[in-house]
Amino acid sequence: MTSLRIEHHPVLNFPERKIINFFFEDKQYQGFEGEPIAAALHAAGIRTLRRSPQKDRARGFFCAIGRCSSCIMEVDGQINIMTCITPLAEGMQVRMQKGHGVIKP
Amino acid sequence: MSRNTEVFVIGGGPAGLSAAYVAAKLGARTLLVDDSSRIGGQLIKQTHRFFGSSNRDAGIRGITIADKLQQDIKDVSDKLTVLENTAAVGFYHNKEAGILSHSAYERVSYQSAIVCTGATENSLAFENNDLPGIYGAGGVQTLMNVHGIRPGQKILMIGSGNIGLIVSYQLIQAGVEVVGLVEGSPAIGGYLVHASKIRRLGVPIYTSHTILKALGTDEVEGATICRVDEKFQPVPNTELDIKCDCICLAVGLTPLIDLFQQAHCRMVHVGELGGLVPLHDSSMRTTNPEVFVAGDASGIEEATTAILAGRIAGARAYESVHGKSPQAEEIVAEAREELRTLRSGSTGERIRWGRERVMKEVGEC
Ligand SMILES: Cc1cc2nc3c(=O)[nH]c(=O)nc-3n(C[C@H](O)[C@H](O)[C@H](O)COP(=O)(O)OP(=O)(O)OC[C@H]3O[C@@H](n4cnc5c(N)ncnc54)[C@H](O)[C@@H]3O)c2cc1C
Repeated sequence: MTSLRIEHHPVLNFPERKIINFFFEDKQYQGFEGEPIAAALHAAGIRTLRRSPQKDRARGFFCAIGRCSSCIMEVDGQINIMTCITPLAEGMQVRMQKGHGVIKP
Repeated sequence: MSRNTEVFVIGGGPAGLSAAYVAAKLGARTLLVDDSSRIGGQLIKQTHRFFGSSNRDAGIRGITIADKLQQDIKDVSDKLTVLENTAAVGFYHNKEAGILSHSAYERVSYQSAIVCTGATENSLAFENNDLPGIYGAGGVQTLMNVHGIRPGQKILMIGSGNIGLIVSYQLIQAGVEVVGLVEGSPAIGGYLVHASKIRRLGVPIYTSHTILKALGTDEVEGATICRVDEKFQPVPNTELDIKCDCICLAVGLTPLIDLFQQAHCRMVHVGELGGLVPLHDSSMRTTNPEVFVAGDASGIEEATTAILAGRIAGARAYESVHGKSPQAEEIVAEAREELRTLRSGSTGERIRWGRERVMKEVGEC
């Protein structure tokens, strides 16, 4: 889909997966079903996943295994979702979290 | 809901898989939980042929070792339950723990627990070290080798231990340009075979150098590196700007230890082992008699030693539920002997030193 996706690898084979649509800040993108949200965003060229609540600094993912919380975003209205380990699904609405975000009942 | 088990293993890396296999094989009802969607721990992203000083698994790719361990545990499925996407989130009194999966919470009551949570990656202090485009080496490996996505087009690697060297090579295999490898010490940290491989591929290696800052406002556009003196202090007027779109930090790991603290295990700080680790004896038992440890959580080392320590912990945890067993004793004796050989070379020196300190402190408490 983009040049960041590995097409040929000397050791690994990546199986064919289903292409699905999702939204980042209301704009439509494509990714593979089940891959982490942060991975799909990265492949689409989006590296800034949120802004820090106090100093308003850009933040991306760091550890990619759900430890460091650098990648938390708002997904389908829910805040603090660790996007580096949350699987992408059809039609997901992904947004940058504003400040600490608002917990919806 | 609540679950009941004899042996409760937390973490499905090489240590946890081996511990669970041995405990179940000996006959204990065992529950293994791992918080990721695929068990295997660090191994599932390691496409390189393994370094390792013994005949155990050296020369085999990490992903192949993971497959083998996953195959092994299928043989004991009558005794062993495996839950993926499930995190252990707390230890309580009365041998109870809490697990969380897909936002459902359950209680687990156990007789012995083996904590094999592995490690978490270190960051490094420099200006702008929080910019998007700065990733841990494990993060880069996960993105690239598990999800098939390059971290960027041009990457600067910080740290020349085996992880820095191996991940550099993996990046080149994936089609990423490695624009340089920066190392603070005057000499390369990892094995020379790995270093020669990437040097032959044209990667400049900057020893006695450090990163001063990442360039860019909202994401990485480059880095400033400079020379350092014997005291690791920057030498003025030696700055060099390098263009890159990402920076990879391979500057060590720290054991993941929150659960031990909740279980009231006594902790000790040992630099050689990566920081705070739970005190444990040669049976891998912590100061809480129901809690065992194995793998990187007991001190940063390697997969082969994690497998062996896991086998010891699995056998001892079985015994603490079912009483002494000659088969368990045999497994422990064999694993101890292999560990001794593995750690005897010059590369094992630091680890040996750190382990001796832990043993000494255990003797004193
Ligand atoms: C780039 C790289 C290259 C390496 N190369 C080699 C090599 O060539 N040879 C070698 O011998 N070693 C190598 N190693 C080291 C080896 O991978 C580790 O030492 C080994 O994986 C440690 O095993 P472990 O089981 O202790 O931890 P891990 O493999 O880290 O597994 C821990 C598991 O526990 C899970 N977990 C953590 N917390 C919880 C919780 N609360 N609840 C549930 N699950 C949890 C994690 O998700 C993970 O699956 C390398 C490491 C890296 C990063």
